[in-house]
Amino acid sequence: MSAENSNNWPLWEVFIQSKRGLEHKHVGSLHAADAQMAIENARDVYTRRQEGNSIWVVPAGAISSSQPDDAAMLFDPADDKTYRHPTFYVMPEGAKYI
Amino acid sequence: MTDVTNLEERFQARIDAEQKIEPKDWMPEKYRKTLVRQISQHAHSEVVGMLPEGNWITRAPSLRRKAILLAKVQDEAGHGLYLYSACETLGVTREKTIDDLLSGKAKYSSIFNYPTLTWADIGAVGWLVDGAAIMNQVMLCRTSYGPYARAMVRICKEESFHQRQGYEIMSVLAKGTPEQKEMAQDALNRWWWPSLMMFGPSDANSPNSADSMKWKIKRQSNDELRQIFIDRTVQQAEVIGLTIPDPELKWNEATKHYDWGAIDWTEFNNVVAGNGPCNKERLAARNKAHDEGAWVREAALAYAAKKAKKQAA
Ligand SMILES: [Fe+2]
Ligand SMILES: [Fe+2]
Repeated sequence: MSAENSNNWPLWEVFIQSKRGLEHKHVGSLHAADAQMAIENARDVYTRRQEGNSIWVVPAGAISSSQPDDAAMLFDPADDKTYRHPTFYVMPEGAKYI
Repeated sequence: MTDVTNLEERFQARIDAEQKIEPKDWMPEKYRKTLVRQISQHAHSEVVGMLPEGNWITRAPSLRRKAILLAKVQDEAGHGLYLYSACETLGVTREKTIDDLLSGKAKYSSIFNYPTLTWADIGAVGWLVDGAAIMNQVMLCRTSYGPYARAMVRICKEESFHQRQGYEIMSVLAKGTPEQKEMAQDALNRWWWPSLMMFGPSDANSPNSADSMKWKIKRQSNDELRQIFIDRTVQQAEVIGLTIPDPELKWNEATKHYDWGAIDWTEFNNVVAGNGPCNKERLAARNKAHDEGAWVREAALAYAAKKAKKQAA
């Protein structure tokens, strides 16, 4: 994330929970002077059609992310561990509720 | 591994496999530049596009129409924001992008350099201009750059009422008094050709298209999209009893498409070059709004700084 110029409003990432009980999902970003204004602006641009029940805003600079080049190192080890899935196991013929 | 040819091959292989490109992925500089240009032009179009319609908010013929038009114009502001955000993920600052619009360096869709003379123009803009934009935007929901595709999905969801409200305005006018019908026809006459120009130059004269297709930024050519738009719109005009202002328009039984007359590309190039009826007015309005909002931006920052200091103390 590029360093914010102090003359400009910082960038915020916006997460919306669409319904009670569901997760907050990333929907986009916007600029605002502070967190309160970010929430108000997020309400205006991302929840005009009843998409929202709750809003999180996070300063974009506060997010750390994995690098695409590390994807193989991070995620490939899971590829050969199919025994972590229930379909890996052979169940005896006729057994129920398992 | 960091050899550029190798990287380019891997990039293209990912695109060919229908995988999205995300901001941190390696990408050819020309892909990035093409996207920055296209997404920022698209964002500017949403923002400048509010001006011809804003012109009629205070004069909408009923409270219902006024509420609808307000909601539509507010949507367009949001579309501008979604696209500016997508553009920012490519490493250009918001300020730079907006400065390029204000200085006249960046382009936006030429269609917004035409004036909205009567209420029927609001109908024609929704029906034809949003209609043509939707053709392009539906295609772009599957564009290869992730943040752009996600912005387009959101936009398309909101966009669907825009075309319908415009067509409704036209259909009501077309069923009204002879004067009202004439007003609707006049608006169609004036907006038809500029709407067809929105799809851009014909494929033969579209130099950047090959790369955009290879990179799956675009998936259909300008002429393909224009043809679908014409086929659909001619039928809709028939339903409400209006006439498409093209004497050469006729159904082609062999191709199962409409044949149509030649577009006046001299006019198009003229408007792109800055000589349309409203180019100067639009840019002046944007600059005025930006300048007059300067104190708000500064005050909000000062207030945020003061609050942060209080909290720290
Ligand atoms: Fe839009
Ligand atoms: Fe629209």
